[in-house]
Amino acid sequence: MHGAALAALLSHWRRHPLQLAMLLAGLALATALWTGVQAINAEARASYDRAAALLGQDSLVQLVPERGQTLPEGVFADLRRAGWRVSPVLEGRLEAGGQRLRIIGIEPLTAPPAAQPLPIGTTGIEGFLAPEGLGFAPPATIAALGDAAPLPLNSAPDLAERTIIADIGAAQRLLGQEGRISRLVLWPGGEGGRPLSEIAPGVIAQQPQPGGEVARLTDSFHLNLTAFGFLSFAVGLFIVHAAIGLAFEQRRPTLRTLRALGLPARTLATVLLAELLVLALLAGAGGVALGYGGAAALLPDVAATLRGLYGAEVAGALSLRPGWAAAGLAMAMLGALAAAGTSLWRSARMPILAPARPRAWAMASDGTARAQAALGLVLLLAAFGLALWGQGLVAGFALLAALLLGAALVLPLGLSLVLAGLARAAGGPLAQWFWADARQQVPGLSLALMALMLALSANVGVGTMVGSFRAAFTIWLDQRLASEIYVTARSEAEAEDLRAFLAPRVDAVLPIWSVPARIAGERADIYGVIDHATYRLSWPMLEGLPGVWDRLDAGEGGLISEQMARRAALRPGDTLRLPGGWEGLVLGVYADYGNPDGQVVIANDLLLALYPDVPRLRHALRVPPERIGPVMAELAGEFGLPEGAMIDQTAVKRFSLEVFERTFAVTAALNVLTLGVAGLALLASLVTLSGLRLAQVAPVWAMGVTRARLAWMELARAVMLAALTAVLALPAGLALAWVLLAVVNVEAFGWRLPMLFFPWEWARLLALALVAAALAAALPARALARRPPAEMVKLFAQER
Amino acid sequence: MLLAMENVHKSFGTGAAAVPVLRGVSLVLEAGRTMALTGESGSGKSTLLHLAAGLETADSGRIAFDGAELAALDDPARARLRREGVGLVFQQFNLIPSLDVDANIAFQARLSGRHDPAFAALMSRRLGLEGLGARYPEELSGGQQQRVAIGRALAARPRLVLADEPTGNLDEVTGDQVLDLMLELVAETGAALLMVTHSPRLAARLGARLHLRSGVAG
Repeated sequence: MHGAALAALLSHWRRHPLQLAMLLAGLALATALWTGVQAINAEARASYDRAAALLGQDSLVQLVPERGQTLPEGVFADLRRAGWRVSPVLEGRLEAGGQRLRIIGIEPLTAPPAAQPLPIGTTGIEGFLAPEGLGFAPPATIAALGDAAPLPLNSAPDLAERTIIADIGAAQRLLGQEGRISRLVLWPGGEGGRPLSEIAPGVIAQQPQPGGEVARLTDSFHLNLTAFGFLSFAVGLFIVHAAIGLAFEQRRPTLRTLRALGLPARTLATVLLAELLVLALLAGAGGVALGYGGAAALLPDVAATLRGLYGAEVAGALSLRPGWAAAGLAMAMLGALAAAGTSLWRSARMPILAPARPRAWAMASDGTARAQAALGLVLLLAAFGLALWGQGLVAGFALLAALLLGAALVLPLGLSLVLAGLARAAGGPLAQWFWADARQQVPGLSLALMALMLALSANVGVGTMVGSFRAAFTIWLDQRLASEIYVTARSEAEAEDLRAFLAPRVDAVLPIWSVPARIAGERADIYGVIDHATYRLSWPMLEGLPGVWDRLDAGEGGLISEQMARRAALRPGDTLRLPGGWEGLVLGVYADYGNPDGQVVIANDLLLALYPDVPRLRHALRVPPERIGPVMAELAGEFGLPEGAMIDQTAVKRFSLEVFERTFAVTAALNVLTLGVAGLALLASLVTLSGLRLAQVAPVWAMGVTRARLAWMELARAVMLAALTAVLALPAGLALAWVLLAVVNVEAFGWRLPMLFFPWEWARLLALALVAAALAAALPARALARRPPAEMVKLFAQER
Repeated sequence: MLLAMENVHKSFGTGAAAVPVLRGVSLVLEAGRTMALTGESGSGKSTLLHLAAGLETADSGRIAFDGAELAALDDPARARLRREGVGLVFQQFNLIPSLDVDANIAFQARLSGRHDPAFAALMSRRLGLEGLGARYPEELSGGQQQRVAIGRALAARPRLVLADEPTGNLDEVTGDQVLDLMLELVAETGAALLMVTHSPRLAARLGARLHLRSGVAG
């Protein structure tokens, strides 16, 4: 019985292969976008976890310097003597073979098991501790380094890219940090009798951080990706819903006949469910494969972004993880069930004597449309409430979801009202019919138009956010990088010579000296500035106390970056506490885009007084533009500075903008894909509706309007509906941009940007939507223009 | 001579699968006259009506409307002929669902540039559609829908009305009322009427009758 019923139902897809293709393509695309994003996130998180687990940061207490980057090695001996079970670690960066390597030195004999890198045990400790040293690195890094490897390397596939693990002695030699360590790993329960502050002042205990600090910092980035993945998935589901809904309506006579022939309703529903799950499995498998391909293509960009923004190392190659593949299939199944829920419910409850004639599928009842619009309005109100009273990133994303879904749900009502007005204002009979018929088409196309609206709003919103960010970032770069040349000396002695050499040759030498620290529990850098017009004229100050620069120069307090101000809830006038016990005022807050760490700026003299051991190597030079080349040439000739030690402003800006563009490459790709999916949804709906359209079009043809003219009108109608949707999507997109700029960015990154408008970008998007609609409508319109009259007249001769 | 058909042949399908529907049918309908087309299901009545309206083209034979050979007209010209010279009434009514009653009645007249609001209003009154002008087709009964279809066909003042079983979907009483009205209005406007019907009783009320049997008149 089941077999016969299934065969009867499946025959529908044989007769409508395009509909089947749309259903499978919609579900596959939705799954692909979702799993692609999940694959990228899973790969990145696995990288963070590996890095954190490797050093025991996820499970062990770490003893770290309160300020500065390293501790003297003697602290290790002092603590061991005082009964503390600790093991030293040194971390640093090294350039070799054109690669920027992360070197991690450990002491395997004292390291707790949780902080033991896996490969050592398998290779034996002798080689590791041998005088020439032995390092471990992932195979890709070994291959990339070739002969330039700084020490003999063994393969350790689990390590993150560009990471080398070596004995701490070898690491100290490589990094030029003899006698220094970055931190100490504490054994579980390894605290000695005397307190830490007594044995090693300036050393603080840092609690274990699951996933490491990088995971915490990058959480918002991954949440952003997930949100976009989900949006794309939702847009894809619109196609599935449209295709399944239409198939149900077209199969109503078959369903009724099957019931009349003795198939129980429950069996019918089971067979329909089985059919749906098989289709979902097929499409889901295709989607997971597509998603893997897409993620593999995008991962290098994402890895570069994460490295540029957060200093997080993510493997550049994607591994096939059963977790997200299974999750992708499950999402495909759940998505198909969600999209087909109402159809399945209706088929299970359909009375045997339900009308065999397809209900006007395209014409949802007024009641449904009104309920939908009411729900949309409620969601928009909820979004408004969240904007006013919401707190945190989750509230921000809830606001985004309510806003987008609400706007999409009120779209059909909005379109209907606009079209009714246009129909009333229309002059000729065909114009009147054009608008009135378009209005009647809205319910049938509403799902596709909602998908288009979501995609367009997302594009406007994200485009405005990225554009505003780019503009603010460019201005900010000009302000922060006001100096013409940046030069870094190799040693303190060379730096002193440099300053003496440069003094008569340039307008000003501005020190860029900083010390890393932990302020209010956050990573931060403390910079010193001298009193100079460069800062007074161009510093990207957001708010400040009166006379801020004079007070800064007098050592009354410091400036803090915007993200630090938000995270630590500090405002101008509040008390600023720096490591070592110094207290002053927060004199101002400035923009510091793209920096995950906090930043404090104090007077240079104060910096030197508080932290006398601050490295004094980097300097910014003010020179007239025509002197940039000569000064750099003189520096190179006199000091033989390597290429990387001397950078002109344009190179820094170019590099910064490159990092910026890469950051949003993934978002842009997802945006384009979402728009593509929406275009496909429109095509699916128009193609499937074209059969039902005949009843509206044929009488007009019979009354003397040619098929060619009707086909053009069909095309124009689709383009017009897309244009109206795009116009209505604009305010939704701008609201989305505001939420991204004023809520999500502030919560996720800690900075707020001014919102700018880009009308040309909107025009481009509108043109894109119109082209997508024209392409989607071209196929059904062409079919109408070429439809044989014999088929058209069938409509008048018999019941359809 | 308003409509003339001479030895008209029409088949559907091609080659060995071709099914002949009309086999050498001829008829003449003068202006202002009425004619019933009767015959069994599948005898070719509707096809003949569609050929007369220029909705389809004959395989061979001659069809002339007011002296113009339909075979010589291209698609836009045939569309113009339908728009300006022919009023169509179908069994399924085939109203335009997105337009209200008033707009449906005025539609073809406006298409052909002959819209006369007073005449349309008169037509609406005569058809008993007063007060229903703002309703949409889905809100009307079958009889009301068919009266709107007749109003639409006649409001354009066509010279020829082609009706394909206009009462086929209505009960006998309603069908009689609708036909009475149609005959009255056709007579008032001076149009000719060619009407397909199964019913000998209704056919008897028209001026002439052509019976088709398997695509042949007789």
